[in-house]
This record gives sequence, C-alpha cells and structure tokens, in this order.
Amino acid sequence: MKVVLRNPDREVDVAGDRLLREVLTELAIDPDTVLVIRSGELLTRHDRVGDADRLEVRPVISGGTS
Amino acid sequence: MRCTRCGGHAVVELRRHNAAFCGDCFQGVFRNQVARAIDEYEMCTTEDRILVAVSGGKDSLALWDVLLASGYHADGLYLGLGIGEYSDRSHDRTVAFAADRGASLRTIDLAEEQGFDIPLAGRKGARSSCAVCGLSKRYLFNRAALEGGYDVIATGHNLDDEAATLLGNTLRWNVEYIARQAPVLPAADGFVRKVKPLHRLTELETAAYAFLRGIDYVVEECPLVAGNTQLRYKESMNAIESRSPGAKTQFFLGYLDRGMPVFQTARDEVTLTSCARCGQPTTGTYCAFCRARAQILGERLTPTPPADDPRELTRELSEEVLPEEIYGVPVDAR
Repeated sequence: MKVVLRNPDREVDVAGDRLLREVLTELAIDPDTVLVIRSGELLTRHDRVGDADRLEVRPVISGGTS
Repeated sequence: MRCTRCGGHAVVELRRHNAAFCGDCFQGVFRNQVARAIDEYEMCTTEDRILVAVSGGKDSLALWDVLLASGYHADGLYLGLGIGEYSDRSHDRTVAFAADRGASLRTIDLAEEQGFDIPLAGRKGARSSCAVCGLSKRYLFNRAALEGGYDVIATGHNLDDEAATLLGNTLRWNVEYIARQAPVLPAADGFVRKVKPLHRLTELETAAYAFLRGIDYVVEECPLVAGNTQLRYKESMNAIESRSPGAKTQFFLGYLDRGMPVFQTARDEVTLTSCARCGQPTTGTYCAFCRARAQILGERLTPTPPADDPRELTRELSEEVLPEEIYGVPVDAR
C-alpha cells in the first residue's frame, strides 16, 4: 500500500489489509493530527485499508498565524 | 464506525466528544459550534460588515466559508508576506476561493506597502520572522478595517491555537497576556473589534470541514515556521490529548469559563496615544509596528512626537524594549 506523507511530500510503502490505526501506529502518527484520505474520501482510524490502496496523510497542525 | 447522529458511515471521529459523524452531520455540527461561539460572545450580527483575515490556509478559508454560508456580510483581506512560492500559492488559493463564491477580496502586499517582506524581517530585525509576521498582520488588518469602515475583524484562530497560546503564557505566568486572551477583543479607540469564531473547534475539525466543503486550501506549512515555539506547545498539548481526549478543550474552554473572569481582574488599565509616525494607537511614542519596521529597514524614526506629548524624547528613543501592543498575543507567532 502506498502512503503519501506531506511537509515534506514523500511516499512510503507499508503493508495493507489491516485497520488504519495500525498503519498510523507503525508510522508513529497521532490520528488526531492528520486527515487520512483515500480516493477523495476521509477515513477514520477504524476503517480497514487494503494492499492496493493509496492513502494521503495530510497534517492538520499549522504553526503560523491565521 | 457509525455516525452518532444518523447512523450512516462516519468519516470524522471526534474522540474529545466520544462521537463520530458522517460528512453531512459533521458539517452541521461544525456550523453549530461556530454559531454558538458567535452567540455566546455576541461577536457579530448579520448587520455588521466583517473583514475576514484570510491566509489561504484551512482555518481562515473555513471561517470565511461558514460566515458566507450563514448569511454574514464577510469580505476577505489577504496580506502578501513575500515568502516565495508559498505566498504565491496561498494567494492563488485565496483568490480562487473568493472567485468561486463571488466574495469580495482585498490584497495588501507587505513589501509594496511597507518596504519589507517577512524573509527580510527575519534576516534584519530583532524579532523572529513569525513575530514580525503576527505583528504586521494585526497592524495592517486593523488599519485596513478602520479605513474600510468595517465593524469586525474575524480571524481563524482555532482551539489548538488558543490552547497553545494559553499554555505558553501560563508557563511564563504572563498574567497580563493571559487576561487579554479572549474570543472577543472589543472595539476601542483606534481598534476594530476582533473575534475568533472558531475558538471552539480543533485543527482536525477545521481541516475536515475544509476538506468536506471542497475548499482547496494550502496544505504545506510556511517554510519559515519550522521549530517555532507555538508548534512545540501544540505538540505538547497533543501528547496530553492523545492520552486524555478532551484535555485541550477543558484547558481552554475551562479557562474562558472559570479562569478568564479571575485573570481579568488583574488587567492594568493603559493609556493609549497616537503613534507619532502612523497615527495608530500605542502605549508609547511610536507603535510596535513602526518601530519594528524602522529597525528592519535601518531607518531612524523621525523624532517629532506630537507637540502636546509631555514625554521626553530622549527617554523614548533610548528604550530598548518595544512597548507591547495592547492587542495581540505575545507568544511568538501570534
């Protein structure tokens, strides 16, 4: 499964066929700090992801001024 | 996972509320939280002319979207900071957002108007680039709102922003600054009312709302912001939140409910005068912005205080510490 990470943009390969929260744990990502997007849809950490999926993990933390 | 409201497929989980929502229900929850914030603090009415400070990021565009969708008269103001392609992309997203909604957007270019941009400020000034950025935004948004006859300035500060700021000021026990942190800063002589309608919503929620609304916001982080103190405070708060969902909410909303009334009794009354250079309100001879600008550009502020100013010029010019602004949060980027 391909996972696209941002800031900086990069792509990693991880195993699929498991819950998203397991993928995020492997990547050491707090699920409350990112949106996870698959085919234009938001996922929750309870969703199952597959080997053929391509996910975007989009951070939501911003440190600058609004 | 099922939507807490309708039982449909949930796409957003809010652990702090022990709830999850489908896209439609989440958008309703989000708008209700904004409406609650506006009502609770009497931030604005549909009669007011609102100037929204927009950056091209998720928070400010989500705020502008909600205000427009809720029937408010909300125009946008974008400040060009001169941070290379990042600023270009931010401006493009903001312009596209405004065009899609037929909304009015004004753009001010910091370099064209004031002779410096934020990268130059970071290299030349005594303050960090984030500090000058925040100072410039507060100054120019307020001035633009005054000149444009607006009743209210609305900013996209969210719960994470506010909790991180409160944490920073609490760690230093900056009692005066804590006392000034509020969802509404009322209008005063020379200051337009400032409101933060997103203060009940987290960054995750504003990002999810922006995504679900199809808002094409700038995802990339400002290249100058890496490692700033505000980010570190957010990471600390998130570490607590991950083990204790709701802790961030209790910290900030609990402060508003129970702490703010106590701290506000510690506020010192200050006397405002007009900046000798620009006329904006200040506690000193020159406002913080004009002094920072002069330092960045290597200019000497003209030593011509108003004729009725009783203060001695030599004392004013010898001050090494800039007088704090009346409004504005002292922790780094704000």
